[in-house]
Amino acid sequence: MSNAITMIEAVNLALARAMTDDPDVILLGEDIATNGGVFRATVGLLEQFGERRVIDTPLAETMIGGLAVGMSTQGLRPVAEIQFMGFIFPALDHLIAHAARMRNRTRGRLHCPLVLRAPFGGGIRAPEHHSESTETLMAHIPGLRVVIPSSPARAYGLLLAAIRCNDPVVFLEPKRIYRASKTLVEDNGQALPLDTCFTLREGGDITLICWGAVVQETLEAATRLADKGIGCEVIDVATLNPIDHDTLLASVSRTGRCVIIHEAPRHGGMGAEIAATLAEKALLSLQAPIRRVTGYDAVMPYYRNEQIYLPSVEDIMSAVEQTMEFV
Amino acid sequence: MSELVYRGEIQLTRYLADDGTPLGPLPGWAQGPDPLTGYYRQMVLARQFDTKAIALQRTGQLGTYASLLGAEAIDVVTACLMQPSDVLVPYYRNHIMQVIRGAEMHEVLLYWGGDERGNACPGMNQDLPNCVPIATQCLHASGVASAIKIRDEKRAVLTMIGDGGTSKGDFMEAINVAGAWQLPVVFLVNNNQWAISVPRSRQTCAQTLAQKALGAGIRGEQVDGNDAIALHEVISRALEQARQGKGPTLIEALSYRLSDHTTADDATRYREQSELKAAWEREPVQRLRNYLHQCGHWDESREQALLEETKTTVQSAVEQYLATPSQPVDDLFDYLYEECPPGLAEQREQARQKMAGGEHHE
Repeated sequence: MSNAITMIEAVNLALARAMTDDPDVILLGEDIATNGGVFRATVGLLEQFGERRVIDTPLAETMIGGLAVGMSTQGLRPVAEIQFMGFIFPALDHLIAHAARMRNRTRGRLHCPLVLRAPFGGGIRAPEHHSESTETLMAHIPGLRVVIPSSPARAYGLLLAAIRCNDPVVFLEPKRIYRASKTLVEDNGQALPLDTCFTLREGGDITLICWGAVVQETLEAATRLADKGIGCEVIDVATLNPIDHDTLLASVSRTGRCVIIHEAPRHGGMGAEIAATLAEKALLSLQAPIRRVTGYDAVMPYYRNEQIYLPSVEDIMSAVEQTMEFV
Repeated sequence: MSELVYRGEIQLTRYLADDGTPLGPLPGWAQGPDPLTGYYRQMVLARQFDTKAIALQRTGQLGTYASLLGAEAIDVVTACLMQPSDVLVPYYRNHIMQVIRGAEMHEVLLYWGGDERGNACPGMNQDLPNCVPIATQCLHASGVASAIKIRDEKRAVLTMIGDGGTSKGDFMEAINVAGAWQLPVVFLVNNNQWAISVPRSRQTCAQTLAQKALGAGIRGEQVDGNDAIALHEVISRALEQARQGKGPTLIEALSYRLSDHTTADDATRYREQSELKAAWEREPVQRLRNYLHQCGHWDESREQALLEETKTTVQSAVEQYLATPSQPVDDLFDYLYEECPPGLAEQREQARQKMAGGEHHE
């Protein structure tokens, strides 16, 4: 059955499918049961699966992280929601010190098949602490998978994959595009791979590497640049750790030029990691310096000024044109 | 106007005086040789193990080690009362508990000897591994207990924590959710009076740690942690209530850390010798031995035989530990993910070459 749905509806659909398929999948978080989540990601699931499997927790994020660790060592597959990424930090202790290393430190005796979902990123005129992009903090941690969908179909397929994965996964949902578009998503229970990037548009002149909400701006820039005769290959990295460098290397080796776009701050961001790897392994293919279009190394501004911070279509087009002009 | 809306109280359970003499009538089960002589044997083994582990560290054969000295009764009685299907969520001082629960003694040494296989312990089943970050284990215990409750199983979870750990939010969040959801979990605080150099009095102005249970709306009580009979009574009741779906309990066991915090610590920097000397007058092993002697369940010849037996057990574990080769290079990489991702496999290959003395690590 296919329906045109939004990304937030696709998240809901994947949760329902995962819970139907596997009785060990349970949901926990703040306001997720009766209220259906502040973004309505879990709406209707309490009615469908009952209060044993859709659990409103006390208001404590450290606790949500710690409970998920304990539950998962018993073979449950907890999918925990942190209401906004700005409030994920108290739970990080449990992700970093425990979930990410449980398999390693018990030599495989125990593991933590948990998912921590959190909406992230700016652009919805939210209050302070509701708009950050701190995915790099988590992508740095060995043993922790970090997955970011950028369309309804990828939200559905990647969330199913994250829930079925036997490693802990941080699943970050770019909330600015929760309802940006509706596309056909078939509820076929098929997961997408967590070990590959997604090439969204092919082009021979330059590779645009991105993830999260700015995939929209990047695709828009690519369309406009095509009118100017520049063929952009657009790749959605999707899984930041462990990252699929091979797809990025293959594309950049072919195009010889690359711009990396992310909403998170530039300093020490995943763009730097990708650029360094491309320089190490594909330097002789490069015809121009790798450029980055990113958020600033500044605190995410309150919403009146958030458009200054967010990478725009024009920012991306300008970086591409400068990279194309380099000889 | 105002009215009294809540009043709480905390009970302390104690059966034996410091010298092992009964303070009053004892529970019927405590009159016979079992299970108390069994507890005593394990407590002596624990102390032998501890002495040996410190000696190994002092001679460069073991890494930094956290002594259990003074916690023998708490650990032994608790571990013996837990069912195999229960789940232990330890902190980092529960060596003898782990051995009683199914770990091999040489595996415990491997952990402190810098080898992850010391947490692998196939015999520990679903027990969680040692937990070094303070108080985080309390939330894992509530998580395990949530899974048990969701599945309607009759199993109990027991977690341990020190007095310092009760100052952390993780502890408060764990007992809070355990109460809110009536989880089958027991929080056992080993109040040994010292968190490295900071005394119990500087952790909180709460008169007892047990009363923190009242804020979470759960049962809380104190027990003399040097008194095996009292521990048996209090802990077995709490475990059974958990298994029967009657909710969580917070138990504060009053003990004393007779050792330094770890082998890397020097308690003479911050602790009066007189305090330590006084604590040795209350210690749990001698107290139980005195009681068993008084009952006629123990004598000097049994004591000598036990010391020989435990010495042999510990020595055999030490030999097995020392004879265990280090893990191969691949083990750094192969347990992080269910399958080693390509980028990590590349680094694994680099590490293999580095250790083979071949191509230099880039």
